[in-house]
Amino acid sequence: MRTAYALSVSLIVLAALSGCGSQPAAPEQAGAGVEDRNPNAVATTAPVAAATADPYALAALKDPQSPLAKRSVYFDYDSYVVKGEYQALLEHHAKFLARNDQMKMLIQGHADERGSREYNLALGQKRAEAVKKALQLLGAKEVQLESVSLGEEKPACMEAAESCWAQNRRGDMLYSGEF
Amino acid sequence: MKIQITRLAASLAMSLAALSVHAQLSIEITGAGAQRMPVAVTEFAGAAGVSKALGSVVRSDLERSGRFNLIDTSGATLDENSLPDHAAWKARGADALAAGSVTAFADGRYETRFRLHDILKQNVIAGQAYAHTSAQIRTTAHRIADTIYEKLTGERGIFSTRIAYVVKSAGRFELQIADADGNGAQAALASREPIISPAWSPDGVKLAYVSFEAKKPIIYVHDLATGRRHVVANFKGSNSAPAWSPDGKRLAVVLTKDGASQLYLVNADGSGVTRLASSSGIDTEPQFSPDGAFIYFTSDRGGSPQIYRLPATGGSAQRITFDGSYNVTPRLSPDGKTLAFVTRDGGRFRVAVMDLATRQTQILTDTAKDESPSFAPNGRMILFATEVGGRGVLAAVSVDGRVKQRLSVQAADVREPAWGPFNP
Repeated sequence: MRTAYALSVSLIVLAALSGCGSQPAAPEQAGAGVEDRNPNAVATTAPVAAATADPYALAALKDPQSPLAKRSVYFDYDSYVVKGEYQALLEHHAKFLARNDQMKMLIQGHADERGSREYNLALGQKRAEAVKKALQLLGAKEVQLESVSLGEEKPACMEAAESCWAQNRRGDMLYSGEF
Repeated sequence: MKIQITRLAASLAMSLAALSVHAQLSIEITGAGAQRMPVAVTEFAGAAGVSKALGSVVRSDLERSGRFNLIDTSGATLDENSLPDHAAWKARGADALAAGSVTAFADGRYETRFRLHDILKQNVIAGQAYAHTSAQIRTTAHRIADTIYEKLTGERGIFSTRIAYVVKSAGRFELQIADADGNGAQAALASREPIISPAWSPDGVKLAYVSFEAKKPIIYVHDLATGRRHVVANFKGSNSAPAWSPDGKRLAVVLTKDGASQLYLVNADGSGVTRLASSSGIDTEPQFSPDGAFIYFTSDRGGSPQIYRLPATGGSAQRITFDGSYNVTPRLSPDGKTLAFVTRDGGRFRVAVMDLATRQTQILTDTAKDESPSFAPNGRMILFATEVGGRGVLAAVSVDGRVKQRLSVQAADVREPAWGPFNP
């Protein structure tokens, strides 16, 4: 899924984030045609941090061993309550955000495919919002966070079975540069 | 399970996707009305190819409505000027008979004329003439079918109307517009990201919809003739569920800029956003009543998703659905008397209708994954999305549950139907 986030689009979302509640100008656009959203090149260089004890340094984001590597919170059917088992994970992310003021996070809420698309979009929004609220309570700042919903439109798993639906009822946390 | 394409098959599917753009919705009739009026539509006289095509469209329109029984007209040579042998047609079982002709002109244009006879009363009940091009044969036939339908049932026909829907093929979403019989599909928008919730403006000129092309749901209004569009709502969070006011000036929308999904009103140009209601939970899927007085919507404020309504000027909400733990997607019939919605019953999601005066509810379908009901502008049929054999298809059911049709596109998922208004 993540590979689909093209650079051009990240810019649009960043622009939307910086708008923070104000409506961006709405230029007339031609409706036909499909934009190619495949990036030409996504290779970037990054400074390699020396081994550090600080678990909330920027470099920790790229460390697969860091607790920050886990980015998803899963929900029960028809529920938008963050379960206790995710408290520790959310604490790590909140501390990282508190430490790194300049970092922003896009929280994408998802729902399984059953029922109304619009209701599922609202359910995904509630899930994203629940993750956002939990992060705020744990020290992240409101301006760092945007919660949006992708509803049932972007399933991680495509089988019509509970094991699969459970993977689709989730909130994903994406950091600046990842969306 | 909406679409299953393995990675190995994906590249093949991509090349097929180009074809599916032009693939027609094909219609299959899966149920018909109980009392169907016997009607004869004889072969149109004149310009051979054109008249045959025209007559066949008229007949299939009438057949598909589920309200007529098309009787065999073989051997009959009539045109609009013929006086039918009433006794003979009565013996064949016809209550009404349509006959006509097509005249080709040197400039490539055509004139089609027809008359509709009441066989029992032995009089002419309709007659029309249409000048048209070869590109307008189907349009002309739909108009003739509309006239026949209206004269014989007392209700307006919907054969000249259009439908909007979303086709998902491998990695591609298209918002398509087609004639009500699925012909002449054109893509208004193509995207790699989902498109949902198309809604026709009351004049049929524009569509509002939600596109995820910027990686989040944003509401657009799209002028179909020009292809130009503008953003109506792109606030922080999600923007979705657009519904036009009956005068076409405003939209009820769902925004999350102040937290959870809540109802707002916005002018069609995106200006003047005002909050319509407040709840601690989810409010979504607004829909104006045809008189503009109420907004029906889905809310989980009572603990489970149910349908409520509130005055369009704001005020307190009144709960409408009580049976079951999941009643969503309220859609009002054009006369405002019937509410169509989706209800969950033992894990099955089905289209139901409620008579708003008596609160009597009837489940209309026997499918399991119904979504997005949409009334035909004459209120007779409800178009909805469902799943057959793991694939998204459109289906239509009459408000009495008797007439059933299925519309599908080869090798693609079809979803999010919206039936357009009558043509002016």
